[in-house]
Amino acid sequence: MEKNLALSMQGITKRFGSVVANKSVDLDMYQGEILAILGENGCGKTTLMNMIAGIYFPDEGKIFKDGKEVVIRSPKDAFDLKIGMIHQHFKLVDLFTAAENIVLGVEESQRYNIKDVNNRVSEIALKYGFHIDPQKKIYDMSVSEKQTVEIIKVLYRGADILILDEPTAVLTPQEIDRLFSVLRRMKEDGKSIIIITHKLHEVLAISDRVAILRKGEHIATVDTCNATESSLTEMMVGKKVTLNIDRSEPVAPQARLEVKGLNCVDHEGVQVLKDVSFTANSGEILGIAGIAGSGQRELLEAIAGLQPLTSGEIIFNNPKKDKPVTFFHKSMARVKELGAQEAFHDEYGNPVSFDGMTNKQIKGWVESGKVLFREDEVMNLRDKTPLEIRELGVRLSFVPEDRLGMGLVGSMGITDNMMLRSYRKGHAGFVDRKKPRALADEIIRELEVVTPGVNTPVRRLSGGNVQKVLVGREIAFAPKVLMAAYPVRGLDINSSYTIYNLLNKQKKNGVAVIFVGEDLDVLLSLCDRILVINSGAVTGIVDARTATKEEIGLLMTQTDTQEKEAVQ
Amino acid sequence: MSEKKNNAVQEPLFHLSKRAQIQPWKAWAIRLAAIVLGLLVCGLVAFILIEKLNQKPEKITDFYYSFIKGSFSTKRKLWKFLKNLAILQCISLAVTPAFRMRFWNIGAEGQTLMGVLGCITVAFYLGGQVPNWVLLVLMFIAALLYSAVWAVIPAIFKAKWNTNETLFTLMMNYVATFVVSYFLVVWVPSGSSTLGKLKYGKLPSFGHEYLVIILVVALLTVLLYIYLKHSKQGYEISVVGESVRTAQYSGINVKKVIIRTMVVSGLLCGLTGYLIGAGLDQSVTTESVGGQGFTAIMVSWLANFNPLVMLITSGLISMLNSGAAQISQDFNVSGALPDVIVGIILFFIIGSEFFINYQIIFRKKGHEKEAVK
Repeated sequence: MEKNLALSMQGITKRFGSVVANKSVDLDMYQGEILAILGENGCGKTTLMNMIAGIYFPDEGKIFKDGKEVVIRSPKDAFDLKIGMIHQHFKLVDLFTAAENIVLGVEESQRYNIKDVNNRVSEIALKYGFHIDPQKKIYDMSVSEKQTVEIIKVLYRGADILILDEPTAVLTPQEIDRLFSVLRRMKEDGKSIIIITHKLHEVLAISDRVAILRKGEHIATVDTCNATESSLTEMMVGKKVTLNIDRSEPVAPQARLEVKGLNCVDHEGVQVLKDVSFTANSGEILGIAGIAGSGQRELLEAIAGLQPLTSGEIIFNNPKKDKPVTFFHKSMARVKELGAQEAFHDEYGNPVSFDGMTNKQIKGWVESGKVLFREDEVMNLRDKTPLEIRELGVRLSFVPEDRLGMGLVGSMGITDNMMLRSYRKGHAGFVDRKKPRALADEIIRELEVVTPGVNTPVRRLSGGNVQKVLVGREIAFAPKVLMAAYPVRGLDINSSYTIYNLLNKQKKNGVAVIFVGEDLDVLLSLCDRILVINSGAVTGIVDARTATKEEIGLLMTQTDTQEKEAVQ
Repeated sequence: MSEKKNNAVQEPLFHLSKRAQIQPWKAWAIRLAAIVLGLLVCGLVAFILIEKLNQKPEKITDFYYSFIKGSFSTKRKLWKFLKNLAILQCISLAVTPAFRMRFWNIGAEGQTLMGVLGCITVAFYLGGQVPNWVLLVLMFIAALLYSAVWAVIPAIFKAKWNTNETLFTLMMNYVATFVVSYFLVVWVPSGSSTLGKLKYGKLPSFGHEYLVIILVVALLTVLLYIYLKHSKQGYEISVVGESVRTAQYSGINVKKVIIRTMVVSGLLCGLTGYLIGAGLDQSVTTESVGGQGFTAIMVSWLANFNPLVMLITSGLISMLNSGAAQISQDFNVSGALPDVIVGIILFFIIGSEFFINYQIIFRKKGHEKEAVK
């Protein structure tokens, strides 16, 4: 069969600062084919496509369209070359109709006439089998209708190369089915289609060839008919690399945090967590693996009290039996409340009652260390706000994924960021900056944070230093449970190892560590157990000492059989 | 190489890039340069206009002399300048807590006007019937109450339904103006709708008649600085302003902070209203606040929401206003000239912020910069 090159990339390299997103990628695509780009997240799929679509400009390398070298500097250049990209996040004007959105930005020679546009949109829809009402407003549309508008927008501009970035992520199985039949029709019409995805069965169902990227590099391009799920997985995740992370055996693990049947719906009504259950043990690192956006963030936020649940329980076991009560994490009100519930006894085993005592007397007694817990504390954190969780005395630390947008205040210095979770301490209306200042100095010293001063806005620090500040603060809280989401993302190798060592130290101190990661090699070398999450559901919990990357890769990408059938 | 050549052609003459940081002295130098440049342009424009209008030659230095004279030539002018500064500073303080929270309250005009209305309403109905000190206390309470209510309504809507606070507070200004118009019609049935100076409810004065106002505002400036910088509530305001998600993460009740901060803003507006109503005018018109509620936004913004720096910016704006008025008087030109002068200077000051946030990089100076996002 005669095949003409539609697009060819040679030696494309793109760097963001010190991070190499794409490293001399060579990639060819032919006219009238569907090429799937497959890879783990963060492997540079979208960056590569953005360079064809004119969003980014490559640092090195050449792009050829129909055999001629081209320079693509802007999305307009890309359109002029008949290349169109459908982004993962739609770029539509909500208040406009479908047709208005489609025609937006098109320079036409004849006068603007919305009726003509409507007709032409309907023509395109008919040709490829879309269902669309050109006069419907975007805000009235479902996600799949919006996607249809995006696709027609590109076709309307006469594109013959279409790039779809994760088009199926937001669709139901039936909608995916319909989308695929449309794509096949476009292919018959001679269009070339690139589809970015990490779902293996979709790759097998729709594509002619598959290009696999790993860590920014183009590993191979294979014909889909010769590929299997496991051969693709192997190429996608690569062979196991042993990292030099020291991993100790968990010492006397006890169930610390029990999560039972969590269900959670986001504000758009999409179910983001489905019956998630697991136990995090003390003295153990529990890894969470999954494609980005599979519910990791929601899971951690649900535990931290930031995400409302539709059902489920979050049980925190505090091993306090016969341990003294302290004011370090219990407020006076809480101590009194527990005292009234007869939760304490003294060193001789007699029940403690605070009846008729003044606050000062209670304080003296408690601080003498002779008021002991009768039983381990068991608390349900469901529907508690972060503040309530802290007031219960639950030492739960959380290093969120979004460091400057959630974990820290970018415009404040290290000192002020230290008080973010503790500024309420002290009774007066004024904040006490002495202790935070001391903590800031300690963290700068211990973790070797490079900063011009404690009051330099943390936004100006490098990624690694920002992360040290955040992790340092959360560890200073002496947690019982430490949750860290992508704590080494964007960090250089040395900073990453600092973080691994900190997590390991917490583990040795008996903390239940939950580590959400993206690099499977790290997860396999650092964690004791790995929970794999896929579209909000747990697909497996494996022993990190014996599991293989392929095993985890399959768990990350496998889909319900029902969904699979719908696609095929 | 052909590609290199290609790139050189593509690179524009200059491009803008956001500064990662700037030393404070550099930022101030840019601001100062902008003011100087603005004054020069003003002088030139005024000079040309005045010469054309008056048909007689003037020295350009006369213009600057007149400008300074507006605020400082006589003792009376100096006191007036300080009073104007104090009132503007007071409203600027009022808008600041909300702005630090990134809550764009542009309704200080209406909130302050309601404060004036509140205190004058009490003086109108109870004047002469209760002892003067009781009247003054009641006027004070009414002013605070009216303003706080006016401020908290948009805050509640923002907190509960996430409505746009900018539009909401702007609209509330117009409502406030019409509420005042309504009462003027009720109180002054003659049809002139002008309420004369009330006999009762005058804030006692010692020293100079404006001294109380100036001292109150000076004290308030320090208090607000401490509140924002050292109180727990001030800390919460900063966190909410930076990122709502961070605030939630740290356990801050964002809705509560929004509402509480707007109440604080409203109370400060009420206090300004009281100073205007009981301290100066003893009357209310729809123009009692005279647009200072809007000017205050700029004052607060230019001072980067720092109450102490705000003394400089509100001083600068007050000086501009009285200087420009003096020019129009001295040279006998239309009242529009002051607006032109103030406009030019503000254009330069606000324009300078652009050069503080961005730098211009000319071609060849560096290679192609990475466009992040």
